[in-house]
Parts: sequence; structure tokens; C-alpha cells
Amino acid sequence: MQEKVNLLFIYIIIEINMFVWYYYCVNKEGEHMRNLNPETITNIVKESVIKINYELEDSLVSLIRKAKQNETNNIASSILDDIIENQEIAKKGSIPLCQDTGLVVVFMEIGREVYVDGDIYDAINEGVRLGYSEGYLRKSVVNHPFNRVNTKDNTPAIIHTKIVPGDKIKLKIASKGGGSENMSNVTMLTPTEGIEGVKKLVLDTIFNAGGKPCPPIIVGVGIGGNLEKSALLAKEAILRELDDESEDQTIKQLEQDLYKEINDLGVGPMGVGGNTTCLAVKINYFPMHIASLPVAINIQCHSSRHTEVIV
Amino acid sequence: MITLQTPITNEDVSKLHVGEKVLISGTIYTARDAAHMRLVDEKDPKFEIDGSIIFYVGPTPPRDGVVIGASGPTSSYRMDTLAIPLMEKGLKLMIGKGDRSEDFRHKMIKNNSAYLIATGGAGALLSSRIISSEVIMYEDLGPEAIRKLEVKDFPCFVAYDVHGGNIFKR
Ligand code: SF4
Repeated sequence: MQEKVNLLFIYIIIEINMFVWYYYCVNKEGEHMRNLNPETITNIVKESVIKINYELEDSLVSLIRKAKQNETNNIASSILDDIIENQEIAKKGSIPLCQDTGLVVVFMEIGREVYVDGDIYDAINEGVRLGYSEGYLRKSVVNHPFNRVNTKDNTPAIIHTKIVPGDKIKLKIASKGGGSENMSNVTMLTPTEGIEGVKKLVLDTIFNAGGKPCPPIIVGVGIGGNLEKSALLAKEAILRELDDESEDQTIKQLEQDLYKEINDLGVGPMGVGGNTTCLAVKINYFPMHIASLPVAINIQCHSSRHTEVIV
Repeated sequence: MITLQTPITNEDVSKLHVGEKVLISGTIYTARDAAHMRLVDEKDPKFEIDGSIIFYVGPTPPRDGVVIGASGPTSSYRMDTLAIPLMEKGLKLMIGKGDRSEDFRHKMIKNNSAYLIATGGAGALLSSRIISSEVIMYEDLGPEAIRKLEVKDFPCFVAYDVHGGNIFKR
């Protein structure tokens, strides 16, 4: 009898402990998790896609103006004037910068301590849907490689997600044009081809693209990782600040060398010749397999439409 | 600087030289990939192809009270093959961006046509030179429908001329 009472007592103690522990955990979570309404994300995406399609960032406009001052080819110079005048007209808000208002690409960093009460991917796509309709932007997405029926609302967006510390969400949002994307390239070089192999690949890709990607361009290069990682690195590279440079000395040197060598190609604005082929070169890298040297080149036209929002 | 009034004659084409700035006034037609695929087999085109200008563009939707949305050129090389039968029917000028195949360029010279480029990514600027816009064929294609545009001083550069000139040659 005494034994039974003891067992019951122990059982009750365990139960109480578990309850206290459970209560503590829930409360702790409640204290640290930040709640975010999916509508907030939708609104950010909506407003961002409209804004970027009407207004270029100041740092880009000043690079184009600087290029215009250094341009010695008359036709090239007149094209740069058009580009400058174009962004002034678009900024007034009734006509977008370019008729290709792009496919939306979102790089999302989600803090571990933020909780979104709903489907975050749906929230982003809803923002695209609303932004492309309310902003009078062109719907340029088709549903299938061969049926090619327009989805009529520019969805789905291409969304990349990363989990990071903190209780914020960072959204890098871009409207990427098809003309420049089509001139991009991923190649698996061999490690022995080294830095010279990378240079040759970048220069050949840009020379062969000629006027098609609407130069002057911003060149994003991803080196390393594997096939898909290199492409992601290149895409992230074109979204970097225009005036930043790589922290790695070798890569920084390569960015500077390529910037010069690309402009020496003489492709020029819209391919007509001249001194202005690229406005910036950005290279991102990542560790890779001993057998590999993957290189991706993502070309961004002068109408570089992107923004970053932290919520 | 050369000014051209549509329709375009063979004499107009002959006087164009690579690199020259051209201002076009009159009627031009829009068509891109999907419209070209249909137009080449079209029994009843709603415009006279002979003497015409085709502008490779898919504009953004216009706001109320605006004639047309952003209207800059798309890359021309995608229309290289399908442009050939149209040039054989008398298409005189094409407006787009970027270089095209050598095969296209030779057939273009043979048909006495020329290729012009407009500033890519300058859709807001170019649309300010468009006075009116009307969908005349393939409305179901949305931005890719064929539109009849009235333009005034629409700015282009001669990229390929009938004399063998090529603006992209390095
Ligand atoms: S490449 Fe860029 S600027 Fe050129 S048409 Fe496409 S989106 Fe516009």
C-alpha cells in the first residue's frame, strides 16, 4: 500500500514538472517569436514592383551620366542621352521605364524568430499580382515551355529563401528583363583553366551578346559552388550596391580588370560601339568541388530595377 | 539626320546609310514572336505589308488618357527567320534592337529592305513619339497583338543598310 502511494506521488510530481516545462516553453516562444501578417509582405512586394519600374536608383543614374561624359562615339552618346531622358520621363509616374517590366525575382532572408501567419510565398505572389495590375506593368510570364499561355498576372515570381538569425525579414526584389537574361551563361570550367579561363568566358559572353542585352550592362559573375549555386551567386551579384567591391583581394582585382577589359571590347551602348559597354562588374564566389570551377554570368541591362526592404 | 514618311519606297531604303539617325513619321505596325508566327501564314492581313514598317515591341498597358504604355524595342534576332517571307512580300523597314544573323542580313539586302534600331530600354521616351495606337490583329495575344501606330519623329538609327553597312561590325 505504502509503495503504491509513493508511486502515485512520484507520478504526480513528474506530471507537474512536465506541465511547468511545457508552460515555460510556450511562454518563452511567445515572448521571442515576432508575429508578421502576410498582408505586410504583400504590400511591400506590390509597392516595390511599382516603384522600381518607374524609378531607377540615383547611384545608377549618376553612373550613366558619368559614362555619357566619357563617351566619344556620337551614336553611343546620343543613346546614353536617350536613356537619361527616358528615366526622367518615367519618374513622373505615368509610363514605366521599359516595356519589359520583367519577371519578379525575390531573395528573402527570414529571421528565425519571426512567425508569418500564413503562406509567405502566396503573400509574395499576391503582391506581384496587385503591383503588376495597379502599376500598369506588362504581364510577361507564360505558364508552360511549349503551350506558352500568359498567366495574365505576371506570377509566379522566382523566390529564394534563406533562414537567418533575428526577428526580421529582408526582401530583395527585382524585376528582371528577358532580353538581358537570355544572354546569360553557365559553364563548368576545369580548375586548371583558372582566372584566365574565367576572364575569357566573361569577355566572350559579353562580346557575343553584343547589343541584345541593352548595354551598358551590369555584369554579375558567380564563381564556385556547383551548377545551380553559381547561377544564384551571379544573380545575387547583380543586386549588390553599385559602389561596393569584393572583400577578397583576388576577386576585387578581377572585378576591376574585367570592368576595364569589358569596356575595351567596344561593344558600346546598344552594340553600336563606343567606350561604354558595362557600368559595373560584381563577382560573388563560394567553395566548390576539387574537380570543378563552375562559372555563371548573369547580365543585367541598364534598366536595373531592384530594391531592398527590411521588415 | 534623315526624315522618312510612310509608306516606304525602294528609293527611301537606298538613301539610308549605316549609323544615320532617322526620324519616322506616319503609320507603323507592331509585331513580335507570336504575331510573326501567325502573320507569315495569314490569308487576310489587315494591313498592306508592301512598303510597311514593323516595330518589334510589346508595350505595357496604358493608363486612362495615355495613348500607349512604354514602347521600346525587343531583340530582333528572334524574328530573323520569320522576317524573310515578310520582306519577300515587300516589308521595307524593321525596328528592333541588337544584331541579327548574317543569313537575315543577306536576304534583307536581296529584298531591298533595311534594319533600324531604337534605344532599348527607352520605352517611356519612345512612347512619347506615338500619337495613336489601335489593335488591328490578334487581340488575344495581349501585348503581342498587332497594333497600328501613328508616329511623329520616331527616332531610330540605321543598323543594316542595303549597301552592306553593319553598325555592329567590330
Ligand atoms: S534588356 Fe532590359 S532595357 Fe532592354 S528591353 Fe529588356 S528589360 Fe528593357
